[in-house]
Amino acid sequence: MALDLKGKKVIIIGDRDGVPAPAIEEAVKSAGAEVIFSATECFV
Amino acid sequence: MDMENQARVKAAAEKYNPEELVVILGGGEAESSGLAAETVTVGDPAFAGPLAGVSLGLKVYHILEDEVKEACDPKVYEEQIGMMEMVLDKEAITQEVRRIREQYSKY
Repeated sequence: MALDLKGKKVIIIGDRDGVPAPAIEEAVKSAGAEVIFSATECFV
Repeated sequence: MDMENQARVKAAAEKYNPEELVVILGGGEAESSGLAAETVTVGDPAFAGPLAGVSLGLKVYHILEDEVKEACDPKVYEEQIGMMEMVLDKEAITQEVRRIREQYSKY
């Protein structure tokens, strides 16, 4: 079942060696989410 | 998760209704994704940052999980995430994040 992201406040923690935050941001915005903050981490 | 982001997550959980918050991860490996998921649910596993001993219990998903994918516009998801969906070990990553969410998320 799809996650209901409409109107939800979303925190994005992207990964430089995985999926970076800006790509996640575009995707979840298309689901109707409100992005509160997003950051791309380097886990290494 | 780095100290600055832990502080920002903590502040967001205090400012907004935690029930309305969703954390979406983009970690490239199951282990790093799992650690980040733990940080926003049971607290910083390294006991070093602002979330050490702080159990926020937030809802946490990985962008590769099918529930998230299905919520997004398929064209946008394919453009933004499609490539990494093929490259990363989706099964291992999503299993680990789901396990932690089901165990520790309060919402």
